[in-house]
Amino acid sequence: MSVLVYVENAEGKFKKSIFEVVSYSAAIAEQLKTDLIAISIGNVSQADLSSLGKYGAAKVLNVSNDKLKSFVNQAYASIIAEAAKKEGSTLVVFSNTFSAKGLAPRVAVKLKAGLADSAVELPEIDNDKFLIKKTAFSGKAFATVELVSPVKVITLNPNSYQLKESGSAGKVEDFTPEFKESDFRAMITEIVRASDKIALPDAELVVSAGRGMKGPENWGMIEELASVLGAATACSKPVSDAGWRPHEEHVGQTGIAVSPNLYIAIGISGAIQHLAGVSSSKTIVVINKDPEAPFFKVADYGIVGDAFEVVPKLIEAIKAYKSNS
Amino acid sequence: MKVLVCVSNVPDTTTKVTFNGDNTQFNTAGVQYILNPYDEIALARAIELTEGGKGTVTIIHVGEISSEPTIRKALAIGADDAVRINAAPRDAYFVAAQIADYAKDKGFEMILTGRESIDYNGSQLASMIAEFMDIPSISIIKKLDIDGNQANLIREIEGGKEMLTVSFPFVASCAEGVAEPKIPNMRGIMSARTKPLEVIEASSVEKLLDFKSYSIPAPRGSVTMLSADETEKLVDLLHTKSKVI
Repeated sequence: MSVLVYVENAEGKFKKSIFEVVSYSAAIAEQLKTDLIAISIGNVSQADLSSLGKYGAAKVLNVSNDKLKSFVNQAYASIIAEAAKKEGSTLVVFSNTFSAKGLAPRVAVKLKAGLADSAVELPEIDNDKFLIKKTAFSGKAFATVELVSPVKVITLNPNSYQLKESGSAGKVEDFTPEFKESDFRAMITEIVRASDKIALPDAELVVSAGRGMKGPENWGMIEELASVLGAATACSKPVSDAGWRPHEEHVGQTGIAVSPNLYIAIGISGAIQHLAGVSSSKTIVVINKDPEAPFFKVADYGIVGDAFEVVPKLIEAIKAYKSNS
Repeated sequence: MKVLVCVSNVPDTTTKVTFNGDNTQFNTAGVQYILNPYDEIALARAIELTEGGKGTVTIIHVGEISSEPTIRKALAIGADDAVRINAAPRDAYFVAAQIADYAKDKGFEMILTGRESIDYNGSQLASMIAEFMDIPSISIIKKLDIDGNQANLIREIEGGKEMLTVSFPFVASCAEGVAEPKIPNMRGIMSARTKPLEVIEASSVEKLLDFKSYSIPAPRGSVTMLSADETEKLVDLLHTKSKVI
């Protein structure tokens, strides 16, 4: 028996959400009184692999092969399932990233495992019962799912579990998987990353703006506020529908759901569809000139005022705070 | 080219979500059901790629007879025919197994889904169908073009995108950017009534999980209102009280 966690890398490095999922998996392994094994595919340095031990991985399986340098969904899924079988893993855990949304369901089918996606906390394990809480209805609710299969798969939402340093350096082992040519029918030809921007899905701080900004030409102050905070930028649906901002910034029921520590909503009224996508944010700040905006009802802090007046002042206040800290 | 589009019947986006029976069941009273918005994007692209005699679009839905208006809507938008697997859609594994079972010997070049359904948001269906059929899957695509005997796609990743090529057949889940949803016209609505809708009984699939109960996010404490001149105070509260910066 063991718990297996897939540790995805972005250009050879692990993001914070990966340390979170290793910490989370280590806590479950402890509950199950078994070991946590991590599996990495791609080119990650020995030092970085070994550092996963700090978060509780007893062993790190390293799959490094030229054919696997960039993500190949089907091949990666085969490798993870093969490792799970070899290690006798009864639970496989992923961070709920874009790639994991492609991988985890394939692994679940290969292992005939019940899959709980978008988990938000540790499972409740009681003898044979294995209950897990996940987001549902696009953030409007939570569902508790019981996984009844012998092997189980979980994907953990980013920013829902605290990092926990427990162990020491992990032991790194090479893992040589079997290859199936038919697993290489979808191939990446190019990867484009916006290196100067913080990615929205796993961002800890988010600055989001809506129609109250009046036009795309006014986004300079939103970008500046995000930049001084070290936050990702987001927007409401009308804004992405109008083409003011790209679709990937659209937060809400038909866009993406986020769970940052801080969500600052500027000029967004707070329609039910938008609120669904931000309800698991830890702290919400709303800036809107309409005191009746529904968003204020779910905010922690609210400022009634014109964005064009408040945002520049907020930028100055954050700059002052940053220079003093 | 034959394209299969998987559609889901979901509560309208304005639905206030509540539960019955000691929080074990979604309360459907007064809920308006719609064609899942992401599936509309997949359907629109399938129609664009097959228009003008270049192919056909088949709709598949796993659900009970109550979801037939949603299937008819997909036909009104422009699909050629539809299949309903007659069973309550228990979970993604069950639905994927039914769809894969239907599609395995039909020769579809492409199977498209929405990136997720807006009720359970699992994003599982596309990859599960593909795994059951042992064909490639690409999740959360933003662009889909056909280029001879392969497709070129763009997939979203955290803070960027990946360009991919894939051979037929494959499964892809579609997000915003792939196409603009289409609104059915009067001719489409009239012809949808007579387009073929085949009903097939479901095959049996092992049960791997159970939805036990539901809850609503806890309400936040009351909001602290500040004036437009108190931005420094806000920054201080975010640092000292909320501890988020």
